[in-house]
Amino acid sequence: MGQIINLGLFQAMLRMSLPVLFAALGGMFCERVGVVNIGLEGIMLNSAFFAVFATYASGNPWIGFLAGVLSGVGLGVIIALLTVRYYGNQIVVGTGINVFGLGFSAFMCQRIWGSRGASESVTALPIFRVPYLERVLGENTVLLYLAFLLVILSHLFLFYTPWGLRVRAVGENPQAADTAGVDVHRYKMVFVSLGSGIAALGGVFLSLAHLNFFAWGMTSGRGFMGLAAMIFGKWTPVGCFLSSLLFGFTDALQMRLQALGILPSQIILLFPYLVTILVLSGFVGRATPPSDYKPYEKK
Amino acid sequence: MPRLSVRRFWEIPFLAEAVAILLAFLLGSLVLLVTGYSPLRAFAALFRGAFGSRNAFGQTLTQATPILFASLSFVLAFRAGIFNIGVEGQLLIGALSAALLGNSIKFLPMPLHLPLALLGGGLGGALWALVPALIRVYLGAHEVITTMMMSYVAFYFTSYLVNYPFKAPGWVAQTNPVEPTALLPRILPPTQLSLAFILALFFAVLVFYFLFRTHLGFQVRAVGLSPQVAENRGIPVASRQILAFVLSGFVAGIGGAGEVLGVHEKFVDGFSPGYGWDGIAVSLVGRLHPFGCVFAALLFGMLRAGGMSMARVTKVPLDLSLIIQALVIILISAPRFIRVVILRKKGM
Repeated sequence: MGQIINLGLFQAMLRMSLPVLFAALGGMFCERVGVVNIGLEGIMLNSAFFAVFATYASGNPWIGFLAGVLSGVGLGVIIALLTVRYYGNQIVVGTGINVFGLGFSAFMCQRIWGSRGASESVTALPIFRVPYLERVLGENTVLLYLAFLLVILSHLFLFYTPWGLRVRAVGENPQAADTAGVDVHRYKMVFVSLGSGIAALGGVFLSLAHLNFFAWGMTSGRGFMGLAAMIFGKWTPVGCFLSSLLFGFTDALQMRLQALGILPSQIILLFPYLVTILVLSGFVGRATPPSDYKPYEKK
Repeated sequence: MPRLSVRRFWEIPFLAEAVAILLAFLLGSLVLLVTGYSPLRAFAALFRGAFGSRNAFGQTLTQATPILFASLSFVLAFRAGIFNIGVEGQLLIGALSAALLGNSIKFLPMPLHLPLALLGGGLGGALWALVPALIRVYLGAHEVITTMMMSYVAFYFTSYLVNYPFKAPGWVAQTNPVEPTALLPRILPPTQLSLAFILALFFAVLVFYFLFRTHLGFQVRAVGLSPQVAENRGIPVASRQILAFVLSGFVAGIGGAGEVLGVHEKFVDGFSPGYGWDGIAVSLVGRLHPFGCVFAALLFGMLRAGGMSMARVTKVPLDLSLIIQALVIILISAPRFIRVVILRKKGM
């Protein structure tokens, strides 16, 4: 048991909760303004690719970091345009973005590195040194601390600022928000793009912090787990954080067990997906979403 | 007062779909140009690979078969207001069930064995869809996430089964070959085209008949259009949703069975390049109508078959077809966007 449950497992749990947490926070901002963003998976996969590509081209992982986030914002703008401005079906657009992320990243990977399976290794993001705290949390990149900061800031933003109130109003009751003079479409556009950018951080984490290369389909469902974590966390930043820890834990445990070679890897790899289904069906009950997600047409 | 209206030209049937496909190919060409490939050569190779010979044509129809099954599956659920994006997983489970029934039973004659293996595949898929259906109806978890997760589970679960308990001797992770009594006959030798294609066409008619000519199908569509109205009219919404979901899984499972019994003759780990995803794009292009799906499936079968030969000849990565497919889905998702493109007018 000591081999499995120790401080290392706690640290791995924190680390592996990050991609899910970024996806959950990003998805939360989209849903708070009334857009279901099923495309998070594709956004993260794409940003994982762009992060590695820009690092490979420039030699600087920070440029990769920026490129990854920008690619997420870019896809977010497309999703926002199609769903908000042209009233496209949110689930269909998101599914298209997911297929695009899978196809485009593999296409480019093969074009640049000659293999659709994996890219060459690049310089990963450096370890962010924090004295004392490091002994408990382990060595991490700046992304862990950025995630903590994001959770706190989003909480304050959503529940303690007038803009946050407007964001919530746009999702919950767009008619009322519109009547009160809030530019509903603008809020939707901005926060869907922003949310997609936040989710993209999850992709950057996977390819520049967790690993230092891009691999085919490397997000392996974490975008969807993020959505599950968001629902489990009742669409609040702190809830997202706590529920992504659960997913981080299953992921960390899965890696441990795989290293020990107790069970066939395929069986262990199943765990996170089963946990997602269980979380969604058993423990949530009928969570009330913050919006009915219908497109809002201005009168 | 009702005004007589002339059909506007952008209301020509399938114009929006045609424009979306054209735009997707144009954007695909742009991707090729930017990455330093010649779009002309790539697409020429693609079309040659899809229609250039008897072999190529057979390959196109072979690829269209599972895609057609997958799209019919998606349509069945969608008409009841359910997004079954887990077609891929149901197809995998159906394929494995068919393979196991096909290779383990040795005493049945073909007229019994083949239908049994097919039916087993369908039931496997139906069972896989029943789980998210029950979760959706009774526990309220949205099927978009659960079906996706079920697909991952199906992928790893079937992979485990063919790597360990049901692995055939040898290096490849696959099951023992299916007995000849359970194989679908090939209909265009020497290509891999099998009776599964005809079966898929038959299922298109069947799905059409069910949805548009039966009372049950009418109820399913009513639930899809508006659960509230359907409820008020006394239609049991929950049970119709479950029915459509399970039938959707059944058709996906038959599609997987068709692949195993008609093409591969065994279950090979990771045999599906994502037919389930193709199915979603195809049903959207086919306007969520079974007959529309037939034509759209042929188009996407062409994309897959031609794409493979394009990748061999021109070194353009096969994933180009995935990119084009994604663009088609994205462009079709917002009909108003296409209308703006057609009319070149801002803000409609």
